[in-house]
Amino acid sequence: MSLKVEHELHGRRFGRNLGVALVLVFFIAVVFGLTVAKVTSGGFEVPRMEEQG
Amino acid sequence: MSDVSFDSKIGPVETEASFGDYFALLKPRVMSLVVFTALVGLLAAPVTVNPMIAFASILFIAVGAGASGALNMWWDADIDQVMRRTAKRPIPAGKVQPGEALAIGLALSGMSVVMLALAANLLAAFLLAFTIFFYAVVYSMWLKRSTPQNIVIGGAAGAFPPVIGWVVATGSMSVEAWLMFALIFIWTPPHFWALALFMRKDYDNAGVPMLTVTHGRRVTRNHILAYTVLLTVLAVGTAFTSVGGPIYLTTAVVLNALFLKGAMQIWRRDEDMAEADNFKIERSFFKLSLLFLFLHFGAILAEALLRPFGLGGWG
Repeated sequence: MSLKVEHELHGRRFGRNLGVALVLVFFIAVVFGLTVAKVTSGGFEVPRMEEQG
Repeated sequence: MSDVSFDSKIGPVETEASFGDYFALLKPRVMSLVVFTALVGLLAAPVTVNPMIAFASILFIAVGAGASGALNMWWDADIDQVMRRTAKRPIPAGKVQPGEALAIGLALSGMSVVMLALAANLLAAFLLAFTIFFYAVVYSMWLKRSTPQNIVIGGAAGAFPPVIGWVVATGSMSVEAWLMFALIFIWTPPHFWALALFMRKDYDNAGVPMLTVTHGRRVTRNHILAYTVLLTVLAVGTAFTSVGGPIYLTTAVVLNALFLKGAMQIWRRDEDMAEADNFKIERSFFKLSLLFLFLHFGAILAEALLRPFGLGGWG
């Protein structure tokens, strides 16, 4: 079974890679949003040592 | 799956998984129920949560649930293959290798628990880890193939999400959280036993000791009624706690009356009657059970959302 250059398999693989890429980008966005939410919430305090330094 | 696994019978072209096949490993329909019940638990709690933290927490709870689904599919691939309902799942269909499902399940389990600990708190993360362990190990690996009480005890895994949602918001557990847990826990057996009544050949063929197989269909019908009576008391009683209110009470009274009526009809029927109409009552009871859970949690959500406007709850 030979694979043509533009075989349907390539499209499926591209879709899979694109899906993984989008998941990773989404994960980065969630971690970033979570960091902003944590830092801007009332409970956040800069560690004392860094505050002095 | 790589090209190395190519052979003349099943080439990579037919079996190479798409992104959707990997997503299907996470049992998206179960995940949607987990998202909904966890969200209700989180919003019903008497503490407001930062929307971003709430969103991330629900997301990681869903990923954890998906991970346990992947582990379940990895372990149950042999019986999924012989059951008509599950034969098209990614592993029995030959699209995803069992090892891949195991790796995805383990990786997502670890990631979701760590991320929930960072996003919310350690207790919520511990509960998520316990839920994954309970579903993948206690239910899938141990109970499912060894006892007809499999779905009774295993139902606890599906009942944890609202408790986790509540703990994300409050950092602790309370009676209301456990009432929501009990609602799903007691609802699970009649829901699955109704399914087992009309999907009977599946469980027989797979050798899964469902109550229908081990104790017979008459006993199963009795059990459905008993659990439904218990569920009615619990579901209506919840209306008089802090998560209940007039909307919830109305919903619970109507739905439990219908559910109880369905359970009574199932109890009165024998196999000849059921086969004569192709399990019409059992099928409609199963469909109603889905609506039952969705609307009960929807009513708790409505009470919680209306509370800031002085409308939800008992005032």
